[in-house]
Amino acid sequence: MNIADASTAKLRCAHVHRSFRRKNGSMLRAVVDVSLVARPGTVTALVGPDGAGKTTLLRMITALITPDQGSIEVAGLNVVKSPAAVQAMVGYMPQRFGLYEDLTVEENLNLYADLHGVRPGDRAAIYEPLMKMTALAPFMHRLAGRLSGGMKQKLGLACTLVRTPELLVLDEPTVGVDPVSRRELWEIITRLVGDNGLTVLMSTPYLDEADRCDAALVLYEGRVISDGPPKAMRDLAAGRVFRVSPPVGQTPRYMQARLMAQPGIVDAVPEGGQVRCVTATGSQTVNPLANLMPQAAVPRFEDGFMITLPQKPHTDSSANAADHKTPPDKTPVHNSNKNQTSNPAASQDPVVEVHDLVRRFGEFIAVNHVSFTVRRREIFGLLGPNGAGKSTTFRMLCGLLPPTSGTLRVAGVDARRAGAAARQRLGYVAQKFSLYGHLTMAGNLAFFASAYGLHGRKRRERLAWAIEEFGLADYLQILSGAAPGGYKQRLAMACALLHEPELLFLDEPTSGVDPLARREFWQLINTLAECGVTVVVTTHFMEEAEYCDRLIILNNGRILAQGSPAEVRRHATAKGSQPPTMEDAFIAIVEASAAAAGGKA
Amino acid sequence: MNVPIPNPPPPAFASLRRTLALVYKESVQILRDPSSIAISIVLPIVLIVLFGYGLSLDIQQVPIALVVEGSSPAATSLAGSFRLTRYFNPQTVPTLHAAEILLQQRRVLGIVWIRQGFSRDFQARRARVAVLVPGADVNRDRLIQGYATSVIQQWSQQHAGRLGVVWQPGATLESRVWFNDAMRSRLFLVPGVIVLVMTLIGALMTALVVSREWERGTMESLFVTPVRAGEILLGKTIPYFMLGMIGLALCIFSATVLFKVPLIGSVWVLAFASGLYLLVALALGLLISTVAKNQFVAIQVAMLVTFLPAFILSGFIFDLRSMPSFIQAVTFVVPARYYVAILQTIFLAGDVWAVLLPNGAVLLAMAVVLLALTRAKTRKRLL
Repeated sequence: MNIADASTAKLRCAHVHRSFRRKNGSMLRAVVDVSLVARPGTVTALVGPDGAGKTTLLRMITALITPDQGSIEVAGLNVVKSPAAVQAMVGYMPQRFGLYEDLTVEENLNLYADLHGVRPGDRAAIYEPLMKMTALAPFMHRLAGRLSGGMKQKLGLACTLVRTPELLVLDEPTVGVDPVSRRELWEIITRLVGDNGLTVLMSTPYLDEADRCDAALVLYEGRVISDGPPKAMRDLAAGRVFRVSPPVGQTPRYMQARLMAQPGIVDAVPEGGQVRCVTATGSQTVNPLANLMPQAAVPRFEDGFMITLPQKPHTDSSANAADHKTPPDKTPVHNSNKNQTSNPAASQDPVVEVHDLVRRFGEFIAVNHVSFTVRRREIFGLLGPNGAGKSTTFRMLCGLLPPTSGTLRVAGVDARRAGAAARQRLGYVAQKFSLYGHLTMAGNLAFFASAYGLHGRKRRERLAWAIEEFGLADYLQILSGAAPGGYKQRLAMACALLHEPELLFLDEPTSGVDPLARREFWQLINTLAECGVTVVVTTHFMEEAEYCDRLIILNNGRILAQGSPAEVRRHATAKGSQPPTMEDAFIAIVEASAAAAGGKA
Repeated sequence: MNVPIPNPPPPAFASLRRTLALVYKESVQILRDPSSIAISIVLPIVLIVLFGYGLSLDIQQVPIALVVEGSSPAATSLAGSFRLTRYFNPQTVPTLHAAEILLQQRRVLGIVWIRQGFSRDFQARRARVAVLVPGADVNRDRLIQGYATSVIQQWSQQHAGRLGVVWQPGATLESRVWFNDAMRSRLFLVPGVIVLVMTLIGALMTALVVSREWERGTMESLFVTPVRAGEILLGKTIPYFMLGMIGLALCIFSATVLFKVPLIGSVWVLAFASGLYLLVALALGLLISTVAKNQFVAIQVAMLVTFLPAFILSGFIFDLRSMPSFIQAVTFVVPARYYVAILQTIFLAGDVWAVLLPNGAVLLAMAVVLLALTRAKTRKRLL
C-alpha cells in the first residue's frame, strides 16, 4: 500500500441505480440512488435484510452487473469503462463460497494464485501467513467440499488474498457460520486492515457486526436509510438503553413481550436473563422503566437503528412497521393474571421424545447420537450454525426422513412407523416460502384447509380464526408471491396451523429477515405458545435462544449444550459488568470441548 | 502478515499460465467426478455394445407362414426354396386361415401363399404367389417383401427351363450392395455410435459443467480475477476436447476389434474430421451454457438441440432422403449430418475426397462461426 493512495478513496459510488425486470414485467428497483465512499484502511459494512440490494450493489462494484445510472470508481478507475482492470485488482468473495468443492485446499489456492499471476516461487511466502491466520494449514490436502462451513468461508477469504487486493469485497461472509468461526473471521479481517492497510467492503444481515466497522450503510429496499460511522448511531441511543431484570418466576421473554407493547419503549429484547430496553426519549424525561430498577447499558448500533426506524419514510412495508408494535394489544393475553413461572403452561408431559438419534449420509454423520425431550406448550429451540444437523433433525421429527438409528416419538406416535399419523398432529413451516405464489392469500388458505380435510362450519371457523389471528384481512386478494415478506411468513404460519396441530415446527423462520420482522415473528410465536401450541424452532441467530423456554445447541451433529437459556449461559463466564450472551456461551463450550480433546491427546 | 508483492510476469506468459491453470483445474475435476468418467468412458462402451449387439436392422431367419395349397412339384419346389434361404424360417400350414391366425398371434411376421394349381399356372405363365405382411412395421415389411420377391424370382429363373417354360425376361435384375456386401447393419451402426459419443462429450458435458459453475457460484468468483473470457472458454474447451478424443479412440478400438468393422479409410483423416465435429459440439455446449445457467435447463436444451438431432436427423439410423422435404431442409443445419456422412464414408468406402472435403468444409465453417459466436456471447458479466 503506498502512501500516495491514502489520500484518495478506494471506492466511490455516486448516485447508483439499478432495476431488474420481474417475471411479470414490472420493474424491481434493486438499488436506488446509493452513494458511498470507502477510505483506505477501513472496513465498511452494508447492513440490511434479504432483498435490500446488498448483493446487487457489490456485484456492480465488482463489474459483474452494470449500473443503470450513477458512477462507480474503484481505486480511481471507472468500473463501467475498465471492468477488466477493476476485476483484476479487487478481491471478491461471493455469497456461495466460490470454491471448487472437488479440489483440495491447496489446489484452490494454487488456481487463484495462477489466475492472479503469483509466481510459484513466491507462493510459500504468501501461503504461510494465510494458512496460519486461517488455521487451515493441517487441511491443505483436504477437498474443499469436506470442510466445515466456517473453514470454507476462511478458505474463500484466503483465495482472495493470494495477492493484496486494492479492495476486498465480501458478500455476507459471516452468515450461517458458527460463532467461533465468525469471531475468527472478524479477527482475520481486523488484522488485515490493521497490518496491511487493506480496504474492506462487506455485507451482513447482522446489525451487531456494524459496530465493528468504521462505517456502516443500512440498506432497505434498495435505499440507504442510514449512513455514517456506527458511533453516530450508538450516540443516538445514548442514555436510552437499559437492562431490567424480570421479577422472580417470570421469564425474560414474557416480560419482553409486555415491555414491547408499552408506550415509550422503542425496543425490548431478552438478553442474558434480563430484558434490554430502548426508551423512546432520553433520560431527562420520566423513564417508563423507572419502577423496574433499570440499569444503564452500553448502547449498540442496533439500539440506534431501532430508534431511527419508525421515523423513516417507508414504502410498502409501512403497514408492517406500523402494526409491528401492536400484536400484543391485538392478541388477547388470556393468562396475564396467572403467576408466570418458568413457563406457565409447560407441563412435564413430553410431546417430542428423541433418544439416541443418528442419521448418516454415507460416511457423513449429520446427526450424531442426539437425545432431547420437548414438553407440552413450550418453545423449544434448535440452535446451531449451518451444517450443524438442525434441518436433518427437523426432517426426521416431521417424518420426512427416516433415521439411521434411535427412537423418535412425536405427539405420542412413533415417527418411524406412523409418520402419517404423527403428521396429522403437527404443522410444519419450511425454511423457504413454500406456498403457492400464484394463488392469492385466500386461495392458499382455502387450499390448505382442503388439504387438511376441513369442511363445513369447522372450515369457516378455522379460516376466520387464521385471518383474524394473523391480521391477513387486508391482504386476502393479493397474490401471495407478491405480498410483503412479513405477510408471506404470517400466511405460511396460518396455513400450518389451520388443522389445529398441537405441535408446530418452524425451520429458520427468521433468517434473512429484517430486525423488525424478526421481533414481530417472535411475538407471534410467543402468542401461539400462550395459546397452548408447542413450538419447535430452529435458528442460527444465537441471541434468539433467549426467546426459547429450553433449547439445544448443535454443532457438527452433536449436542453441545441443552437446557433453559439461563442454564446454557452458565457455561460462559461474565465479561465485566455485562452478563454473558448466548454467543459467548457457544464459544466457551466449543473451546472447553476442544481443550478436553486436546488434553486427551 | 506481509504479503510480498511479486513482479508481474509478461502479459502473454500470464495469459498462458492462467489458461493452463484452468485446464489443470478442469482436468482434476473430470478425474474426480464419477459422472464425467461415466459419460466419457462407460457410456461409449454401453452404446457400442447396445448398437452392435442389440440393435440390428438386418433380416435373418424371419418366421413366416407358408401356405401351400395342393402338392404339385412346382409348388413343393418353391416352398423348398423358402426353406433353404437363411432369410426365412417358414412354417408350413394347410390353409390361409391357419396362417392368418399365426399372424394375428405374432408368431409369424408374414405369409407366403402358393395357391391351388400353381404348377399349371406357372406353365401357362400366369402363376401368382401372394406375399402378405401385417403393415405394422413398414420398414421390416418392405424388407420381408423384398427378400420374398427375390426368392421367388430366383426360383423362377432356375425352374422355367426345366419345366419346359420359356423364360423371357426383358432384363435381368442383378443387384449388389457395393460397400457392405453382407448388408450387415452393424457395419454402419457402430461407426454411427461415434457421432452420439462425440455429441454427448462435446455438447452435453460442457453445457453441464459450465452451468454447474454458475449454480455453485464459482463462475462469479472466477470473473473477479484477472482472467479473460477467452481463457475461461479455452480452459473448458481443451480438457473436453481431449476427453472427446479419448472417447473416439475407445469407439474406433471397439468397432474394429470387437465388431470387426473394417476401417477402410485413414485413421488420421477420421481423427481430423472428428476433431472438427468435436469443436462444433463444444461450441454448441458452451453457447447453451451462456443461456442456461442451471444444470436442469442446460441438459434439456442440450438434449433437444444437439443429442436428439444427432440421433434422428443425421442419417445415422433414419435415411434422410425418405424424410419429408421440409425436415430434409432442417437436417442441413444439423452438424451431425455432415459428420455421419464422413464417418460412414471413411469406415466403409475409404478416403473419398469428393465426399470428405465438402462435408468437412461445412463442419469447419460451422466450428468457426459457432466458436466466434460463443466468444462474443461470453462476457465477464452476470447480466
